Amino acid sequence: MTEPVSISLTVNGATHDLVVAPRKTLADVLREDLGLTGTHVGCEHGVCGACTILIDGAPARACLTYAVQMEGHELTTIEAVAKSGELTPLQRALTQVHGLQCGFCTPGIVLTFEVWLRDNPDPDEAGVREALSGNICRCTGYQNIVKAVLAAAAEMRRGAGA
Amino acid sequence: MKPASFTYHRPGCLDDALGLMATLGVTAKPLAGGQSLGPMMNMRLARPEHVVDLNDLLELDFVRVTDAVVEIGALTRHHRVATDPEIARALPLLAKAAQSIGHYAIRQRGTLGGSLVHADPAAQYALVAITLDAEVVIRSARTTRVVPAVDFVQSIMTVDLAPDELVTAVRFRRLAPAEGWGFEMFSRRHGDFALVSVALTLRRDGHGAISNLRLGVGGVGPVPERLAVVERDACRLAADVGTIAVLARQAADNVTPEDDPQVPANYRRELVEAVTARALTAAVLKTESPS
Repeated sequence: MTEPVSISLTVNGATHDLVVAPRKTLADVLREDLGLTGTHVGCEHGVCGACTILIDGAPARACLTYAVQMEGHELTTIEAVAKSGELTPLQRALTQVHGLQCGFCTPGIVLTFEVWLRDNPDPDEAGVREALSGNICRCTGYQNIVKAVLAAAAEMRRGAGA
Repeated sequence: MKPASFTYHRPGCLDDALGLMATLGVTAKPLAGGQSLGPMMNMRLARPEHVVDLNDLLELDFVRVTDAVVEIGALTRHHRVATDPEIARALPLLAKAAQSIGHYAIRQRGTLGGSLVHADPAAQYALVAITLDAEVVIRSARTTRVVPAVDFVQSIMTVDLAPDELVTAVRFRRLAPAEGWGFEMFSRRHGDFALVSVALTLRRDGHGAISNLRLGVGGVGPVPERLAVVERDACRLAADVGTIAVLARQAADNVTPEDDPQVPANYRRELVEAVTARALTAAVLKTESPS
């Protein structure tokens, strides 16, 4: 139906019953219907990466996904990355080396790299830069973001080794 | 930048999906990873009345490797193609091509079948499929048919697929252990569409000379093309730096890219030469016997 349909969405471990139009993107439903405005909307065609969230643990563009598709899937947004108020090593590193700047692109970067760093626990700078190509920072200060990802990787390796 | 209204369908299995496609016909668009259809719908370049979501068809997410063939389901995500250990062994050329598609997050969603059906002239899978003489498996409620990739991809964003049909798998011939391969592309930004991409495989005869070159070039025309003249002329040439330079030059002479204001035809032709030389070098190095 092009008319609104009833769906149930599982976001950050909580289930929400919603009525949404099929054409409504997941990014808009997260922001407008659930008030989870940490998911930012930039380009709306998958290029900028600001709306990146996790679908069943894998990073995905919320602007290229319709909320109706997400029934039965586990969604994670930036609001649930820090556990009980404690920042992750990546989030800490971003604050410590001034990797946020204006902060608009940060949620997408955090969600992408929380997963990417599990796949690539010991990355080199070139690898980080290649992965970061999927997230556009219009402050254009990639230097500190790269530094933060490398610092977080080192921190996570120390944590895993301890 | 919001899609137009559509009716959403979520079939639970392939037969249900094919039934829906048969009923809805041209009014429906099948949705796989949505990494191309999503932007097109957001920009309203596509306004399907019905969207048939294929993401529950887990039977189309598979990798099957036999002695001769690597068959991959249409719903297999780029990330799996890029990282699957069996594909890395049997068809490393395809794995490398998949690693170069879009970005990490895009590769988690985008699918083999979706990319092939979308048929962007610069896309990786169509180039690899045409270079490796792959076959595309197509189903409808009426029938199953198998089409060579070179016939499947007809023109810019145009493929041999009826409105009630779905691509279900792609069959690649696996590479022989002694077969060298290269995949190289040039784009202006990481993850962007390739201005030129080259896929090739070759073997060496008993004297170390090149035999059985297969050379495909993407980005220089409406569809990726095989350079049959270069493939033929490469036969029996010594696999050395001089030959690579000659063949790369010949590849550039055998493409006819269109002039466009941002990418002059001559620039693209020079890229073909440089990228072909890189791919040939990679392939020859892989066939240098370590013994």
